Amino acid sequence: MTIQFKDESFRGDFSYANSPSNIPRFPFPFPEDEYMYSTNIEPHHAARAGSPFENAFDVDEHYVAEMKDRALVLAEDPGRCQALPHMETAGWDFVELVMVSKARDYPDLFKLTIDGDRWHWINKPLQIDDTFTFGDSSTLPCHPMEYIGRQVQGDHAILDQRDGNLWLDAGIITAQADWSLDFDVGMNFFEWHAPVPLAHELGVFQRALKFLLTLPQGQPSRRLNWTLTVNPRLDTSPENYPKWGPDRMTVTPENIGEKVHLRVELQTFWRLPRSNAILFPIRTYLMAMNEVVTQPKWARRIHRVMRDLRPELVEYKGLSRYHPILVEWLSQFDDGAPTSPGIFPD
Amino acid sequence: MSASDHLIPVVVSNVVEVNPIIKRFEFKHVNGDELPAFSGGAHIVVEMLDDGTKRKNPYSLMSSPFERDQYAISVRRDDTGRGGSKFMHEQVRPGMEMKISAPVNLFSLDLRAKKHLMIAGGIGITPFIAQMAQADKLGVPFELHYAARSVSQAAYMDSLADRFGDHVSCYCDDQGEGVDFETLLSSQPLGTHVYVCGPKGMIERVVETATHLGWPAAHVHFEHFLAPPVGEPFEVHLAKAGIDITVGAEQSLLEAVEASGTPINCMCRGGACGQCETAVVACDGEIMHNDHWLDEEQRASKQLIMPCVSRFRGKRLELDL
Amino acid sequence: MSESIIEESILSRPTYGTLKIVPGLAHYFLADASGAECVIRVVQELPRDMMEKVHILYVPTPGEAALITSLYAVGAKRFEHFPTIEEAVAKLGDWLSDAKMGTQLYLAGTEGLVGQGVAKGEECGLDHTAVQCEHRGSLARRVQCVHCKTMIEDVTTQPVKCPSCELLLFVRDHYSRRLAAFQGVCINAEDPTEEIEIKEVFK
Ligand SMILES: Cc1cc2nc3c(=O)[nH]c(=O)nc-3n(C[C@H](O)[C@H](O)[C@H](O)COP(=O)(O)OP(=O)(O)OC[C@H]3O[C@@H](n4cnc5c(N)ncnc54)[C@H](O)[C@@H]3O)c2cc1C
Ligand code: HEM
Ligand code: FES
Repeated sequence: MTIQFKDESFRGDFSYANSPSNIPRFPFPFPEDEYMYSTNIEPHHAARAGSPFENAFDVDEHYVAEMKDRALVLAEDPGRCQALPHMETAGWDFVELVMVSKARDYPDLFKLTIDGDRWHWINKPLQIDDTFTFGDSSTLPCHPMEYIGRQVQGDHAILDQRDGNLWLDAGIITAQADWSLDFDVGMNFFEWHAPVPLAHELGVFQRALKFLLTLPQGQPSRRLNWTLTVNPRLDTSPENYPKWGPDRMTVTPENIGEKVHLRVELQTFWRLPRSNAILFPIRTYLMAMNEVVTQPKWARRIHRVMRDLRPELVEYKGLSRYHPILVEWLSQFDDGAPTSPGIFPD
Repeated sequence: MSASDHLIPVVVSNVVEVNPIIKRFEFKHVNGDELPAFSGGAHIVVEMLDDGTKRKNPYSLMSSPFERDQYAISVRRDDTGRGGSKFMHEQVRPGMEMKISAPVNLFSLDLRAKKHLMIAGGIGITPFIAQMAQADKLGVPFELHYAARSVSQAAYMDSLADRFGDHVSCYCDDQGEGVDFETLLSSQPLGTHVYVCGPKGMIERVVETATHLGWPAAHVHFEHFLAPPVGEPFEVHLAKAGIDITVGAEQSLLEAVEASGTPINCMCRGGACGQCETAVVACDGEIMHNDHWLDEEQRASKQLIMPCVSRFRGKRLELDL
Repeated sequence: MSESIIEESILSRPTYGTLKIVPGLAHYFLADASGAECVIRVVQELPRDMMEKVHILYVPTPGEAALITSLYAVGAKRFEHFPTIEEAVAKLGDWLSDAKMGTQLYLAGTEGLVGQGVAKGEECGLDHTAVQCEHRGSLARRVQCVHCKTMIEDVTTQPVKCPSCELLLFVRDHYSRRLAAFQGVCINAEDPTEEIEIKEVFK
């Protein structure tokens, strides 16, 4: 398998786009014609060759460009990467999980040679060739979480487990859907989810936490979450809200298909062995509405989901300004025909 | 999905008689592969095929978390038990192939601690051996206080004292020695976390003393080596499967459900992790809740049961399985 | 000072209780003028020989002396007062650095004081669930501007203008214990021309 990495941007001229062959492998987040919060967690088994669920950490054509965007964010705001002092062991667990998985799943791109504590890591797409002592942070240029976090697509939070709760004690977060790591560091599962409407009352978080506390080693799980973003911008942080907020004013019926992007987070959950922490990768996939509607099943379904979306969710996800014109625009692709179950295109 | 569905095939590489009641078992992966890394305090579930009966008991890993080519556990022989530990002592020999689960940790160090204070009683020493290796490597201050009935039963006392020096204090009942919990717990720097594993009475003493001295609950950690208690046989109806099963006197409800081929989650098999929590559809009788998971209110409601350790006495029990 | 009434809100927003002496080897108190009476209330009930275990830090309002006198009179082993919360909290850190497990921490007063006391306790190794807090006095908020990270003290209005980056901030109920602050997020980022009335709401 060879991947052609694209040279593209997630800011400024927003040259980001999906190749036609990349569209059908998009993790479309709606298994049904309606959407409401639920404890939608399933085993993260290898599934469907070519899909983003095939490998532990999916690498796609946007890899190199996304890593460049991360470096830009970190240079501007180092607070996007933070770890409380007790999270170093977990950082090493993260290094191991990513290196071992990527070297196994993409042998033509990544190579790991382990000789006792001496590790030799080659990352061809990013032109990295490093040797270090596993467990000794002085042999890396930075904290182990930052080192590997700069080489893997998606944001990563690491949760410490204690007192029957999970604690957001470390993370490298540069592509978030409007939440601040700097603010949320140190919070527990219920605290960092506090702003989410409706889900607490539905018991979604109580069930999810119970599940995660007993997540076994070697048996990762996943779920999909979604929102919409105007322009293919990865960094929609509250920190930079004044930069991306005005984009929401620019949506018109004429440009909506290219401006509004479905933003899907493939979230996975991994028990880390030495720290007993949980790694939470939040892998973001962006696709313009014009690209979404190339798949007739997705086009019909997304119209129905958006049309019937609860007002609390429209508000929380920040869609209010353009939600009516989006539903109107999407209606032209919905002939009312039934859709098949599941998320994959027909 | 349950931890024990993903078993690791191992070969017994060594069996060592530590003292008349404790044996150590060492395991290697059958293919010679590395075993999963783990954190101090973790246990594995060992599957035992004893003449047609399948038993699964949890045992704490005592080997160093930094050693991946083999695992070690120590098992105390329990002649009053249902036979798991007896099987380990009498039947398990080097070269035998067995299956174990991946490590699970319900008794991990609080890595924020400024100091770890560990208190072990008897076989409760096992998780601390791994935890000390971890704390030592992390360079965080730690202290072990280890009490045993007698010098002859004090497994690993000498070797631990050799390995960790002043970090270790030992006490033997037959020498008239004992831990003075009040003094010990009154002299710890702020930010210390205390961990206790041992007989029920010891855990209770430590928790009570700490609470009385003003230790916050979040700084007090314990693990019971809870074994599923034996009892009278009883009948259960599994509503979804539409079958009736009998739980034998020496069998746990979880084991009986598994034997019937009905899917059920589990992990620790010791009433601590919460995985096996099952809804009760109907209950005419008394549930003997032996777990550490459900709270008083949940128990009283008779709507939930932890099949790995809890039992039933009465007319009819119907479960949502 | 009247008892505090905090409206029900989201789960990250702290709630407070009523100070009550619990068993412990030492009892540390930190209060400002609005919380002083809570300290006096609980400490007065203690038997004389317990006073050896009591340590009090106090932040008076400028010019006020009566409460200093009353607090001094309770006869604690140590009593010190400081003009600012920051200095008193730093002193608390010094004291706690020599403290033993079994130390109890009691905080009383405005949210800014309580929040910074909890954060200091946690930094010194005392889990936040073990700290007793009683809220008294104004509901003025300590707010972190999420954009430029400036800490804004004693915020009483909604929205509030960040003194540093000058953005107009909506003060959320989302609260960080580590920062001891509520979150302030630009209220008119999408349409900066939007005019928004500033109202006094956190009294
Ligand atoms: C997390 C965890 C970690 C553990 N780690 C270790 C370890 O490292 N080493 C170790 O040796 N053990 C450990 N244990 C305990 C171990 O799993 C087994 O429970 C123990 O070995 C006894 O197993 P058994 O099969 O021989 O007896 P079981 O039948 O499983 O249990 C016997 C127990 O049942 C009780 N009992 C038996 N008969 C009666 C009766 N008639 N009336 C009342 N009570 C009765 C007794 O208390 C006896 O101890 C651990 C348990 C847990 C939950
Ligand atoms: C354990 C790791 C997890 C982390 C670190 C995490 C983090 C977050 C954060 C930071 C937010 C944004 C909250 C805000 O508005 O400030 C969020 C939203 C949310 N989370 Fe989680 N989460 C985790 C797991 C889960 C799980 C297991 C569920 C299962 C149901 C879940 C469900 C949700 C939902 C429904 C939202 C609202 C999303 C939206 O509408 O866009 N989360 N999460
Ligand atoms: S399996 Fe862990 S509580 Fe029953």
